[in-house]
Amino acid sequence: MQLDLLVDQFKKKDPSAFEKLYGMYSDNICGVINTIVKNDALSQEICQDVFIKIWNNCESYNSSKGRFFTWILNIARNAAIDEIRSRSYKNDKKNLSADYFVGILQNRQEEESSTVDTKGLRDLVKNLKEKCVQIIELLYFRGYTQKDAAEELEIPIGTVKTRNRSCISQLRENMEVK
Amino acid sequence: MDVEKYITSGILELYIAGTLSDKENLEIANYAKEYPEIQKEIEAIEASILELSRKASPGYNYSFKSLMDRINSEVKVISINEKRGYPLSSYIGLAASVLLAIGIFWMYQQNQDLKSEIQVVEKENIDLEQQIADTDSSLEQTQDLLNTLRDKNINVITLGGQDISPTSYAKAYWNKEDEKVFIDAKGLPEPPDGFVYQVWSLKLSPLTPTSMGLLEDFSTDENKVFALNNPNESEAFGITLEPAGGSESPTLEQLYTLGVVSAS
Repeated sequence: MQLDLLVDQFKKKDPSAFEKLYGMYSDNICGVINTIVKNDALSQEICQDVFIKIWNNCESYNSSKGRFFTWILNIARNAAIDEIRSRSYKNDKKNLSADYFVGILQNRQEEESSTVDTKGLRDLVKNLKEKCVQIIELLYFRGYTQKDAAEELEIPIGTVKTRNRSCISQLRENMEVK
Repeated sequence: MDVEKYITSGILELYIAGTLSDKENLEIANYAKEYPEIQKEIEAIEASILELSRKASPGYNYSFKSLMDRINSEVKVISINEKRGYPLSSYIGLAASVLLAIGIFWMYQQNQDLKSEIQVVEKENIDLEQQIADTDSSLEQTQDLLNTLRDKNINVITLGGQDISPTSYAKAYWNKEDEKVFIDAKGLPEPPDGFVYQVWSLKLSPLTPTSMGLLEDFSTDENKVFALNNPNESEAFGITLEPAGGSESPTLEQLYTLGVVSAS
């Protein structure tokens, strides 16, 4: 288990292990943040803050409570949501709950300078149904609980688990096709 | 356990999302170690989310070095703040408490010193009061003596020194009415050990001595005035040195002073 060893070293404050993990996950963490804040520069700024927080709190990660990625995913979306709540709504009146990550695609259509891989993202989600985009957004990028997601989407709580499973399966198929 | 059914339940997708309880997370971590299929499925689900989030990334412009520089500078800032933050107040607090402890100890010492000084002064006071009382009673005795000697009935007889001790002298203050004689023996030398002065009342013709008494405790008596009873019709007084306890009749060789009562 290469990853487990790396994470163990990281927990002992080994900078070289941290560097490898940073290389592995920095794009993902920035991506997660960007699905929430939808601003390249701000995402990068928050992303750096998140990795500082990860380094400073390395001892608090416990593999029995979940995957390493799940742990940093949680830190990242909390940081991004805090940022949105604290500052952006004054200037930028976007409706967060209605604007899912595919919104990145819509916003970027005119902005040719954006560094987001819009084509790749479009290919990855092209055949995903609206309800799949919604449920993935809520569970992975917003940190909703099953119960919260069920209420938001107005579906029975038991449906959340199975629908999410089928949506992720679709996503995995799209990845294999490429 | 039906691994296939467990995988298709969708719980592993929620595991990656991080929405499960601690108990469920622990359970899945254990299953993942036990069943390779579950471990594989977890990694595949995670990979799909990694792929999706990577595609949403704006790209990351900051190098790892710049990140570590920021981490190190923040650590420094914190340590400087800590140095600035509490050493000052804590040192002041420490210094204050040390000073307070020293101060309390010093005051305790002072207090002890004062207490013992008070005790010394109290003792001195008692001594002084004793001295005053002694002086008072001494003065009273002297007043009494003076009053006695000034009594109109007093007859003063001077006893002059004799052959054995020409420089000796004594005085007798005789109150005939009270039948008392006060002998002032200040002019007599200290008697040697084992000897005592004895006072005699004399009739002159024929010479008949009658013992009036001894000048006991001569050396310790301060004013050297001794009161003796004298019911005799004395014509003269004499003082002789006699062996301790006195003699029946005077040893005339040891006659120190002698004086004749003048007719009045």
